[in-house]
Amino acid sequence: MDRLPRWADLTLVPLVSLLFAAVISALVLLVIGQSPVEAFKVMVDGALGSPYGWGYTLYYATSFIFTGLAVTVAFHAGLFNIGGEGQAQLGGLGVALVCLSLPWPHWTVALIAATAGAALFGAAWAAIPAYLQAKRGSHIVITTIMFNYIAAALLVYMLVDVLKPVGQADPASARFPVGAQLPALNDIPGFNLIFERPVPANVTLLIALAMAVVVWALLWRTRLGYQIRAFGKSEAAAKYAGINPVRITIIAMLISGGLAGMMSINNVMGEAERLLQNSSEGAGFIGIAVALMGRNHPFGVVLAALLFGFLYQGGAELGLWTSIPIEMRIVVQGLVILFTGALDMMVRMILERAFGLVRSAKAMRAA
Amino acid sequence: MDYATLLQVLDTTIRLATPLLLACLAGLYSERAGIFDIGLEGKMLAAAMSAGAVAALTGSAWAGLLAGIGASLLFAALHGIAAITFRGNQLISGVALNFLASGLTVLIAQALFRQGGRTPPLSGNARFNPVTLPGAEALREVPLIGPLYYEVISGHSVLVYMAFLIVPLTWWVLFRTRFGLRLRAVGENPAAVDTAGVSVVGLRFAAVAITGVLCGVAGAYMATALQAGFGREMTAGRGYIALAALIFAKWRPVAAMWACLLFGFFQALALRPDVVQAVVQVRVPVPVLDALPYILTVLVLAGFVGKAIPPRAGGQPYVKER
Repeated sequence: MDRLPRWADLTLVPLVSLLFAAVISALVLLVIGQSPVEAFKVMVDGALGSPYGWGYTLYYATSFIFTGLAVTVAFHAGLFNIGGEGQAQLGGLGVALVCLSLPWPHWTVALIAATAGAALFGAAWAAIPAYLQAKRGSHIVITTIMFNYIAAALLVYMLVDVLKPVGQADPASARFPVGAQLPALNDIPGFNLIFERPVPANVTLLIALAMAVVVWALLWRTRLGYQIRAFGKSEAAAKYAGINPVRITIIAMLISGGLAGMMSINNVMGEAERLLQNSSEGAGFIGIAVALMGRNHPFGVVLAALLFGFLYQGGAELGLWTSIPIEMRIVVQGLVILFTGALDMMVRMILERAFGLVRSAKAMRAA
Repeated sequence: MDYATLLQVLDTTIRLATPLLLACLAGLYSERAGIFDIGLEGKMLAAAMSAGAVAALTGSAWAGLLAGIGASLLFAALHGIAAITFRGNQLISGVALNFLASGLTVLIAQALFRQGGRTPPLSGNARFNPVTLPGAEALREVPLIGPLYYEVISGHSVLVYMAFLIVPLTWWVLFRTRFGLRLRAVGENPAAVDTAGVSVVGLRFAAVAITGVLCGVAGAYMATALQAGFGREMTAGRGYIALAALIFAKWRPVAAMWACLLFGFFQALALRPDVVQAVVQVRVPVPVLDALPYILTVLVLAGFVGKAIPPRAGGQPYVKER
């Protein structure tokens, strides 16, 4: 069969998948009696049409970069970490415990400590499924799903019975002290020229971008990254090359869980400034779509995260200004995962066929 | 805890175990044929919405049931196309279909009824109503057994009895018919089945279709029997609990029934924290009860409570040799 050129594999496959997802989304809108063109206009206008909209788009994108990177690292080790949601929630718990523990003098100190707390809690939540996969062969997909539910239950317990201040009705932690509140983009000199109104996007965005570079360097420029990728490609070959499978499985999952946990500095510390129930709001699951769409490369993940940031902010605008329910964005998310992840082969086959036709046409003309 | 309270909890257990059992048996067919299905949740949800909507529109619970099965079959077909025809990643396909169902159900329900993504409340023939088993009234006064029969065994909807009858049926199909033998073989060693001249693709699609039908019944039960109408995310993770029960039961039908009853019992207890407190004498936080099925499943997966060995070819697409 005709093979795709590398550039087509890297750009056309995700773009065609996205196109399929977009076409089906438009059909869904037509079926429920809405105008896809109008909907798209509202989304672009609300998410990209103003600095304020960008403030939200970038805020969502920040979370998705973290969870996308988390799924990416695990994917490279041949592991499907579906537990990003639970790890992110635990990361939120870590952030809350750190922020509430001391009267922090300055946000920079608090940020370093909270980032460590978030990563530690996220990694710890991934550690048990990782150990069970590596040592006892329990399927990581099932255990991480179970851990998502256990995390949700644990968070409900912590919020209702432990962290909720006396006299407060809603299950949430106390507000974080002033010293643990992160500057939003409108508070940062330079950025405040663009963002005049308060936006939720905050300094965490820069950390997310830095983490994308770190993950890239880790995967392609270090010995550990090589071992992770080798193990993901072929466990047998990696073993033969002296790579310890238990060690790599656990380390890859710890990094993955840590990254998922770190998203909580964006939403818990940067935006809500207290720990709420279901703080991550599905961002852990979106990491799966982001990693698939971004072809498991940190650069692709950043682009895909921006796309999903647009989708999330645009989807919220739809819920606000049109009669299209906000759940539309979950449909698009599902379609993107379906086409980029599960029907990858179909998209590839269509493209290979198309390239084959072009090639034979060229050959005919030459002859 | 007195006898009457115990019977109440057991009655709730059966009602809550039924959707788990149907979804669990659904997953059993698929996974025994070598197709992982973490999309049980999405299929149930899609079925619940269709069943709720059609029952509301037609006034017939049976029409709702058929619509639920139809919607679930559609999702099963998508999973089959992605996982079998295009040899895609079965887990990712399941995840995708769950999201799709989660969003589409609300969108469609909202477009049809404009009630915030719910379907209208059902009553009368639009619901599967309780059936009183023969002799329940007469035996009611008999001590011990009478109330047990009247409260716990009798008085469920017809779907509940159907679900429990499917257990021995599934056992018989899997272990006593040629189809069942082939189905199990295709999950363990598809190459051998192919060599014998039996279609691997055909068998796997058949298994996925059965999964679709059973998830459809499970979803329809949620919307037209357990509750009176569809509400957003109404399955609330039951598809995953069913998956957990399937592993807990080591992919065996009768064990699956006991596992679902156990997990249903936990769900029933989570609704009655007062009863739990009275029995164990300490306040057990509700989240602990909520998390118990998942914790137990992890323990089983870890091999601390017997070893769960999945079908050997599970999750791998079959590529015919050329």
